[in-house]
Amino acid sequence: MLETDSDSLLQEWLTEQLQATTLRRDLLNEADLRRDSQTFLNALTQAVQVSPALDIDGAQWQEVKAVLAALSKNRATYGFTSSEVATFVFSLKQPLFQRIAAALKESPEKLQSELWSVTVLLDQLGLYTLEVYQRSREDIILRQRQELLELSTPVVKVWDGVVALPLIGTLDSERTQVVMESLLQRIVETESTIAIIDITGVPTVDTLVAQHLLRTVAAARLMGADCIISGIRPQIAQTIVHLGIDLSGVTTKASFADAIGLALTRSGFQVTRQVSRARTP
Amino acid sequence: MERIPILKLGDCLIISLQIDLHDRLALAMQDDLANMVVKTGARGVLIDISGLDMVDSFIGRILGNVATLCRVLDAETVIVGMQPAVAITLVELGVTWDNVRTALNVERGMAFLRLHLDASQAMQTAPEENHDDADAGE
Repeated sequence: MLETDSDSLLQEWLTEQLQATTLRRDLLNEADLRRDSQTFLNALTQAVQVSPALDIDGAQWQEVKAVLAALSKNRATYGFTSSEVATFVFSLKQPLFQRIAAALKESPEKLQSELWSVTVLLDQLGLYTLEVYQRSREDIILRQRQELLELSTPVVKVWDGVVALPLIGTLDSERTQVVMESLLQRIVETESTIAIIDITGVPTVDTLVAQHLLRTVAAARLMGADCIISGIRPQIAQTIVHLGIDLSGVTTKASFADAIGLALTRSGFQVTRQVSRARTP
Repeated sequence: MERIPILKLGDCLIISLQIDLHDRLALAMQDDLANMVVKTGARGVLIDISGLDMVDSFIGRILGNVATLCRVLDAETVIVGMQPAVAITLVELGVTWDNVRTALNVERGMAFLRLHLDASQAMQTAPEENHDDADAGE
């Protein structure tokens, strides 16, 4: 039946989808919807022809599942909600049921069993679509998390032989690893002897964060670079003293400006203000 | 048995580790270096570990020992060219190397050694000069 009546079925299904209030016209145009629906119907028709078994783990359903997976992934990327994606499959029920009802008017028992099997089948396909949708969303979140991690540790070259790492946000173990690696990597690339770690944007410094900082400093020292920790706010300084954290082996400065000044002095530069000609008598 | 070559450059010794050290090789290097320092009377030792991709706690300790050993024999040691991964590993292992000098690359390491040797030489000769001056004054 899917085969004989496919064109009008497609048309009816499309109308159904287009009328639905959940359709996102801003994200999907009619031509795309038609193409998606057509592809899915074709795959479905083929699968049913091969064998009418209702277990979607069967070999003949591979193609249908592939079509749905692609569609689901695509829509997940474009920002559809999960129910919007699932509705694509579920909305096929209405036109399909009408057809089955019309064809099997004479034998109510057969009608009921047919309807039941179609419902089971479409529900399975819909759930599968949701599963793929969820997985794609998780992938997207994971990727964004990774990108955020890398973005949040920009190592800036301040001067010849001086790099700076402005830290923003709380340091956890995973982030520290990324921070450490990118800082050390940049030290090697730029051949810098001084690295400034600025913690102005770190809201709290507890023992764990301090330990991470000290480890980064130790690693840099092993490679032959000195670290200066700057941007220690009064409250954080109090916390550090209160917690009894030993920062005596590390050069610390209150502000980033002080740290840059020290770094330049240590690398043998001298910064002087140029007296403007107007002021000189 | 393979050995790590030790090169002599003026009053400095240079070791470049191009392959990952296994334990026996590291011990052999320690022995050879001690002998070489005594034989040549070297005042500075530069160990380039830029070719080292991985270290374990034993190698970490051996490198620290080598530096201490050279200090005892009155030679300043500088370890140069450590890869970030190696530095992270050593820190994770808790190796501190309190008395070891490090530098980013061979060039900076040699510059440091030169400076250090010149300074120590100046220190040794300075009192004599003062003495000479005093003699001349009289």
